[in-house]
Amino acid sequence: MREQLEAIRLEAAEKLAAVKDAKILDTLRVKYLGKKGELTAILKQMGKLSSEERPIIGQLANEVRSSIEKAISEKQSEIAKLETEAKLKSETIDVTLPGRKQSVGSLHPLSIVENEIKEIFLGMGFEIADGPEVEYDYYNFEALNLPPDHPARDTQDTFYITDNILLRTQTSSVQVHVMENKKPPIRVISPGRVFRSDAVDATHSPLFHQVEGLVVDKGITMADLKGTLEMLMKRLYGEECTIRLRPHHFPFTEPSAEVDVMCFNCHGKGCRICKNEGFIELLGAGMVHPKVLEGCGIDSSIYSGFAFGLGLERIVMRRYNISDMRLLFENDYRFLEQF
Amino acid sequence: MNLSMKWLSDYIKKDIPIAEFCSGMTMSGSKVECYETEGSEIKNVVVGKLLSVVPHENSDHLVVCQVDVGKDAPIQIVTGAPNVSAGDIVPVAMIGAELPGGIKIKKGKLRGVESCGMLCSLGELGLTTHDFPYAIADGIFLIQEDCEIGQDIHEAIGLNDTSVEFEITSNRPDCLSVVGLAREAAVTFDTELCLEEPSFKGIPDDINNYLKVDIENETLCPRYAAGIVKNVKIGPSPRWMRERLRASGIRPINNLVDITNYVMLEYGQPMHAFDLRYVKDSHIIIRNAKDGETITTLDDQERKLSSEMLVIADSEKPIAVAGIMGGEYSGIMDDTTTVVFESAYFEPVQVRRTAKKLGMRTDASARYEKGLDVEGCMRSLTRALQLVEMLGAGEPIDSHIDIVKNIKPRNEIPFDSSWINRFLGTDIAEEEMIKILKNLDIEIGNGKCVSPSFRIDLERPADIAEEVARIYGYNNIPSTVLTGAANASLTPEQKYLRTIENTMVSLGCYGILTYSFTSPKCFDKIGLPDDSKLRNTITIKNPLGEDTSIMRTTTLPSMLDILAGNYKNRNENVKLFEIGKEYIPTEEGKLPNEPNRLTVGMYGDDIDFFDIKGTIDALLSKLRIYDCEYVRCSEDNTFEETCALHPGRSAIIMYNGNAIGYVGEIHPSVQETYGFGTRVYVAKMNVNEMMHLSVTEVTYQPSPKFPAITRDLSLTCEDSLPVGTMEKAIKNAVGKVLEKVTLFDVYKGKQIADGMKSVSFSISMRSHEGTLTDEQADAAMKRVLKALGDMGASLRE
Repeated sequence: MREQLEAIRLEAAEKLAAVKDAKILDTLRVKYLGKKGELTAILKQMGKLSSEERPIIGQLANEVRSSIEKAISEKQSEIAKLETEAKLKSETIDVTLPGRKQSVGSLHPLSIVENEIKEIFLGMGFEIADGPEVEYDYYNFEALNLPPDHPARDTQDTFYITDNILLRTQTSSVQVHVMENKKPPIRVISPGRVFRSDAVDATHSPLFHQVEGLVVDKGITMADLKGTLEMLMKRLYGEECTIRLRPHHFPFTEPSAEVDVMCFNCHGKGCRICKNEGFIELLGAGMVHPKVLEGCGIDSSIYSGFAFGLGLERIVMRRYNISDMRLLFENDYRFLEQF
Repeated sequence: MNLSMKWLSDYIKKDIPIAEFCSGMTMSGSKVECYETEGSEIKNVVVGKLLSVVPHENSDHLVVCQVDVGKDAPIQIVTGAPNVSAGDIVPVAMIGAELPGGIKIKKGKLRGVESCGMLCSLGELGLTTHDFPYAIADGIFLIQEDCEIGQDIHEAIGLNDTSVEFEITSNRPDCLSVVGLAREAAVTFDTELCLEEPSFKGIPDDINNYLKVDIENETLCPRYAAGIVKNVKIGPSPRWMRERLRASGIRPINNLVDITNYVMLEYGQPMHAFDLRYVKDSHIIIRNAKDGETITTLDDQERKLSSEMLVIADSEKPIAVAGIMGGEYSGIMDDTTTVVFESAYFEPVQVRRTAKKLGMRTDASARYEKGLDVEGCMRSLTRALQLVEMLGAGEPIDSHIDIVKNIKPRNEIPFDSSWINRFLGTDIAEEEMIKILKNLDIEIGNGKCVSPSFRIDLERPADIAEEVARIYGYNNIPSTVLTGAANASLTPEQKYLRTIENTMVSLGCYGILTYSFTSPKCFDKIGLPDDSKLRNTITIKNPLGEDTSIMRTTTLPSMLDILAGNYKNRNENVKLFEIGKEYIPTEEGKLPNEPNRLTVGMYGDDIDFFDIKGTIDALLSKLRIYDCEYVRCSEDNTFEETCALHPGRSAIIMYNGNAIGYVGEIHPSVQETYGFGTRVYVAKMNVNEMMHLSVTEVTYQPSPKFPAITRDLSLTCEDSLPVGTMEKAIKNAVGKVLEKVTLFDVYKGKQIADGMKSVSFSISMRSHEGTLTDEQADAAMKRVLKALGDMGASLRE
């Protein structure tokens, strides 16, 4: 019996070593370890052994069984591994093939930058106000200290609907609506469309976008205006951005300023992009004219304020290096896809 | 305003480098646009003397000149000009010279004879006979100036001035003058303004012997000054005056006209000169024009006048439109002997209106309409007469007329240095403020400022603060951060629009922005009926052109235009959206409504009606607007522009009986009109009106505890029966326990009779109170079959 067991051990070891297939492995498992297997058959004969021999043979039989079991289990995991490898190999794909196209849209570049500016001002506590685009002369001009026949009206070629109704030429018209409807403290911006009778070319459009800003409260100073605009520009263009204020004239602010940002290309030295000035004009601003405050029922001896208006197209075109304004309104897919 | 730097140096002695000058002036409020040095395009052109001029051996029209250019040996130049002879002084472009227009001079041979340069005409130097009246236009410029042989041409003929172009804002008409800019420069660069009061000798005479002046309208003409010049000698003005006029952008004409222009440029006061012969009865009357009166102005145009316009008239007729332009009839001519000089103040608004109405903006009117120095009339008149004497252009008499009526007093403004500092956020010493203001000719005393007569823009403390700030330097003002609590967020409406925007982007659409104005033709392009209310538009009185002449009453054509542009550019798959306004007229004389609309447009290989409908469904779901219905466009006339849609492939989106939008394929004929070679899909939603339909409160729903029962149904029915109607019937029939109806198949063809279709639904039912029994489900299905049977649908065999 001992010899039989040793023979089984040897034969099993030999056969198992050669197996490369899960099915054959299973057959072998049944052959040796199954209910009708060889090992079982031998153990059934245990009864015939003497009581001295029985524990010895029993121990040997158990050793043989566990060695076979171990070999089978090892073989099983080896085969499983091989099978997995084969599967992975057969399933390999060309990962350089293009992905299945998913449509992702995007906002118009003007909307992207407008939203960004809104976020900056919301963070500074500015609300966002809207106003009509078709507007009364009063709100667009007269209440802004631009009475009829004021020479400064010439600088804004206006589209008229009637003698009294026009397409607003500036978002400053919203200032008046806000001040009529809200008592100070006021902090608002108002982005929107404005219209001027300019023929279309690379830098002009009869329709463009402005963002107006207005702050009215007790003790608002020109230094506050500077600080606010500096913060805006640093948020828009980065910490290293430098601005300068240059005296100008707007009928609805006094003092008035034009605000330039240092040329990004030459850092103030002067180059073609900034027309050798070192700075690029970005927006108009100033302290709200006392006549404007008073016209809206705000006591200018108690309150002061500042206002500013910036052109969105200019900022967008500079940011994305767009040289022709017409592209913004042509809305070609190949253009829109890039933002 | 173009400023001659040479002219400025009469008043500012400090030598300031040009770049520093420009940036300093810009930063103190006089914006420099650019500057240009005269003759900067000319290089290596010198004065030469022709030693000999002999005919060219191989040519009838060429001559060979030996020219002394101040070098050891003369140079040889061949020219075709007929007007040269030995002894002439001429401009010589040497080899390597550059001339205006990018011309470069090289050594060359003309018909075998070497030529080492070029003799120049006025034109070749960028000049005209106005600059040098003694020269001829079509020939070599024969120089008659005091100059040296070999001298650089710039110095020789005074072509070395620098002209600085300023952008002067409308509140500073005083800076439309050399003296005004000199004053600004003096303050900016902290130097002295060397200004002398003009004076002249004149010949003793009484002006009343020559002229009588009456002002009829004192409001429109509060001041009128006049002087007389006898024995006028018309001729060219001297070179320095011509040079300065040229550098200021004004063409020299003759000494008298040049003097009026010179004074206007110097002091900012327009002057006018009349030939006294043509002032009938030697009587000048400043009055309103009579309706129907006409005048032929100096530009040879006949102008129709009306009664609100102010004219300078003689006893019979208008001889000038006040402050704008003189009449041709009384203008200065070569044989003029006695001249009246006018220096007056006209009310700005009237000048502006008249100039606008007559369509003639002149240098004079551009100044008058901004408001001039009412106290400066006499100074300018005196200066003109001084120049007449200086130039020997005639004999001014030593008396004048100066009628002064209700002149507005100078503005008195409170001065409070601490208020100015509080307003600006600065800490400027009072003495410094006073110094700045005094330098600007603002008088200070007793806590108040008095503005100079030429500064009508100074009215209030804020104006004084600006004067202090701009000279102190805007960039020296500190920057502070706004203080105080502020709490801001988007309004619900703004948030709603942003949600729509973001959802459309996440659905793969690209945002566009289109013009608010459009062409009235767009209505015909979309086939809108002639009587449609959409054709009632806000119309622009002065449009750039018909294409942009009306405010859109529907956003659809804008979207179609953009889609068509993309199609033309061969973009294959396009999905766009716009949130933009429509402009709907209300009452006459009132503002229109400006509702926001979402417009969606798409086309492409795999895109059909159900793509755009799916997009809209997804949006509605994101906006939490539930239970919308789609009905045929024929069933609702809210949107008249749906005439542009395919009647069988379009729908109105209804919520609770109200139309909130539409979706559909473009009508084949509209598709053709816009040039599409593919099917195009559009949708429009009334987003403003949709906002209140959204469910705003969101409550968590736990996952169901009890199992669902699902039953599938395959039915046959007439093809024309809408699936939506069947779904609705199923929902009603199942009632409360209905969880979901899912359409999973619509089939037409084999095994189904013509005109019929097979429709398959999966109906899921669930109760939240307990496990649904088969009996309950069977009962529900029975109700469903009954309801569907009533509309002609039966279980498929």
